[in-house]
Amino acid sequence: MTAQSLVVATAPLDLAGSGQPLKDRAFRWMLFAALTVGVVTLAVLIAYVTIKGWPRLNSTLWTNMPSIRRPERAGAQSAITGTLWVISFTAIFALPTGILAALYLEEFARPNSRFQRLVEINIQNLAAVPSIVYGILGLAVFARALALGQSVITAALTLSLLILPIIIISTREALRAVPRNIRDGSLALGATEWQTASRQTLPAAIPGIATGVILSLSRAVGEAAPLLLLGAVTFITFNPTGPLSGYTTLPIQIFNWTKDSREEFQILASATIVLLLVLLLVMNFVAIWIRNRTQKRW
Amino acid sequence: MPEQSIEMQLSSALTDGRSQGISDEISNVVFTLDDLRVFYGDYQAIRGVSLTIAKNEITAFIGPSGCGKSTLLRSFNRMNDLIPGARVEGLLAYHGTDVYGPDVDPIEVRRRIGMVFQKPNVFPKSIYDNVAYGPRVNHIKGNMDDLVEECLTKAALWDEVKDDLKKSAYALSGGQQQRLVIARCIAVRPEVILMDEPCASLDPIATSKIEELMRQLAVEYTIVIVTHNMQQAARVSDRTAFFTAELDEAGVRHGRLIEYGPTRQIFSAPQDKRTEDYISGRFG
Amino acid sequence: MSRPQIAVSAAGGLGSLQQTRSRVGEKLIRAVLVAAAAVSILTTFGIVISVVVPTIEFFSEVSVTDFLFGTVWTPLFADGQFGVLPLVTGTLVITAIAVVVALPLGLGAAVYLSEYASDRSRRVLKPTLELLAGIPTVVFGFFALEFVTQMLLVRIFPDIDIFNALSAGLVMGVMIIPTIASLSEDAMAAVPSGLRDGSYALGSTKRQTAMKVVIPAALSGIVAAFVLGISRAIGETMIVTIAAGLEPNLSLNPLQGMQTMTSYIAAAGSGDLSTGSIEYKSIFAVGFLLFVMTFLMNMVSIRLVRRYRQAYQ
Repeated sequence: MTAQSLVVATAPLDLAGSGQPLKDRAFRWMLFAALTVGVVTLAVLIAYVTIKGWPRLNSTLWTNMPSIRRPERAGAQSAITGTLWVISFTAIFALPTGILAALYLEEFARPNSRFQRLVEINIQNLAAVPSIVYGILGLAVFARALALGQSVITAALTLSLLILPIIIISTREALRAVPRNIRDGSLALGATEWQTASRQTLPAAIPGIATGVILSLSRAVGEAAPLLLLGAVTFITFNPTGPLSGYTTLPIQIFNWTKDSREEFQILASATIVLLLVLLLVMNFVAIWIRNRTQKRW
Repeated sequence: MPEQSIEMQLSSALTDGRSQGISDEISNVVFTLDDLRVFYGDYQAIRGVSLTIAKNEITAFIGPSGCGKSTLLRSFNRMNDLIPGARVEGLLAYHGTDVYGPDVDPIEVRRRIGMVFQKPNVFPKSIYDNVAYGPRVNHIKGNMDDLVEECLTKAALWDEVKDDLKKSAYALSGGQQQRLVIARCIAVRPEVILMDEPCASLDPIATSKIEELMRQLAVEYTIVIVTHNMQQAARVSDRTAFFTAELDEAGVRHGRLIEYGPTRQIFSAPQDKRTEDYISGRFG
Repeated sequence: MSRPQIAVSAAGGLGSLQQTRSRVGEKLIRAVLVAAAAVSILTTFGIVISVVVPTIEFFSEVSVTDFLFGTVWTPLFADGQFGVLPLVTGTLVITAIAVVVALPLGLGAAVYLSEYASDRSRRVLKPTLELLAGIPTVVFGFFALEFVTQMLLVRIFPDIDIFNALSAGLVMGVMIIPTIASLSEDAMAAVPSGLRDGSYALGSTKRQTAMKVVIPAALSGIVAAFVLGISRAIGETMIVTIAAGLEPNLSLNPLQGMQTMTSYIAAAGSGDLSTGSIEYKSIFAVGFLLFVMTFLMNMVSIRLVRRYRQAYQ
């Protein structure tokens, strides 16, 4: 009798549930929609510039120079070479400085020393300073005070300061990923701190550093705002001839064409945007490829 | 039953072991520790330790985890300097020179006093470059090929790797890697080798090879080994120091030295109840 | 066990542990490394000095109150007026639009990535979303003007200006989604899973757990993400320069064109102004205001991140 009443008592208890309540499903869909808005916008943007720029996506884009009067024959050659010049010098300035600074902070500085903390908070802050403010710095210091004028070198110095925090932060992460016991092994053999850093830690961290460096350089490639203050907007129809030469870059050339309301220039701007995005995409793929190829050896 | 078997194993290990002719007195002293204390910030990890370590002997530090034996070992070659906040008080003398003295260069200390770690930390380089690394950073002149061969031979690894010297050290097995680390260590011609649980990550066969190697190396080097494995201590060491962790009056745990003497004596006739409990498996 | 005999020699003999090589190079290298690390501090100094000095000169010609509370900004006129309020309101209107777009979308994406997405889909979705952060801002500006304004907004609001705050704000909002999503997700990932388990054990659904447990627990990190996102929006230059026009306009109507602090700096700075002129100095005065605003927000954000890291370590 008792057994029977037990059976009766448990019967209404239904653990199968009634499926996810509607509210929960709606919530999940809203979140997913939030995520997709950004991705869809990106897809629309890429489709739009590709379709619009299609008629001009041919070799004249990189063989011809910009022209105000003949948009149908204008190209972006000076902007392409200018970008290459500026980025090369940016890399020359920013790479050694950034990597050595990261080495110091990660391998040499006493943890939590005042200098280390000061540099650290300073770098975090610099990473979030608006890029136009770096343009003001470049204008006042490099272009005017140091009289480097509106040159490739001024642009490169300014951009290298802009990406320095990114290089330092990513290099430190790569160094931190090298196991402690590699350093211990080296130091226990009587190697100095610098020998350990230069012969063990740094080589082991190179793939991670390379990834961070490429990504930060791609940031510099796409940067336009500081260069507006540094003379890149001048109408340039020649390739740079040296570090003190005048220059323009792809983003600046796009900006100049965008300002001109003639439809031919809008098409040209779209085509150049495609070129710029392809360049950035290639850089990103290389960075990701390096990271994946060398992931986790220990 | 299990207690008895532990004791039996230990006694057979002792018979195989090398501590038969070891006397209480140490004539040829390499290290002298007097009231040595190690701190991490405000925390005292080890209470005053006083002992001497003899030349060309194998000295084992045993004891439960957290008793500070590895911490103590790392203060011998100033590896604790690398840990922020770590600090050593008291005396640790190497051939009569205070290792923590003002004129002492920690890099010179580490060159004389080599170290082998718990996990075989080979460098991400070739086998050859692993061995050659120490001599290169210490600017040791001479024929590097000969030196590499000599060290790999001494570490009982030469025959296994002589055709693969350019291969990555990561291709070796764990036991081989640990022998490579030993070869790398002796390539800078140290006098002392510190071993921090060198077999902790190895299988029994690889372990017995390392133990065999330790005995051979003791002819030339002074070895201090930290181990969790009491039978290993009984098999390979001449002298044994037993450490444990105890609460002080304020309820803080500190590591401290309980008993130190010839291995035979520590295992067969321990003076202290705590040592006896530990080696007979009654600990904790 | 007798205490050992101790006779410690200063140095020399078998136990000599003195330095055997001078290692001057080592010290030199250390100095080079310190110098490299100091470059970042010099950069900050450089920014502060290069902005502050001309700003002080600027304020010797224009009073601080006229600058901060003046409502007319006509620096290039012969009798120029330097009331920065039109630029500030332009900046704030566009930032507000961007924030209205980016906060819900960024937070929603973060909650989805952190609480709902499987590991596999997160590995695809997160980098895809972050691609947005890699698009150059000049491209977003072009997109805002050519597509958002001319193909969408003119159809919805027939009397909208070609250069308007709305399209710049909308596109900027999309641009800062990854900033907000990524930092918020970091903060949510740092919430100990024990808190979630506790909520599930009480019979809460995923939604209730996300809304009532995870978001409150990660709040300081999420606020940090918001603050940083706002700081990004205030400092963004190219989108507003291209899409929002260059007319100072003291108005809250997003359908009109507006100039922001950044687009004023870009426009005035790209002209060939002579170094001593008041127009040239006005760039720095506006830059100073911009730097102070973003600096304060960045510091708040860094503090908040530090707080949640400490809480869950």
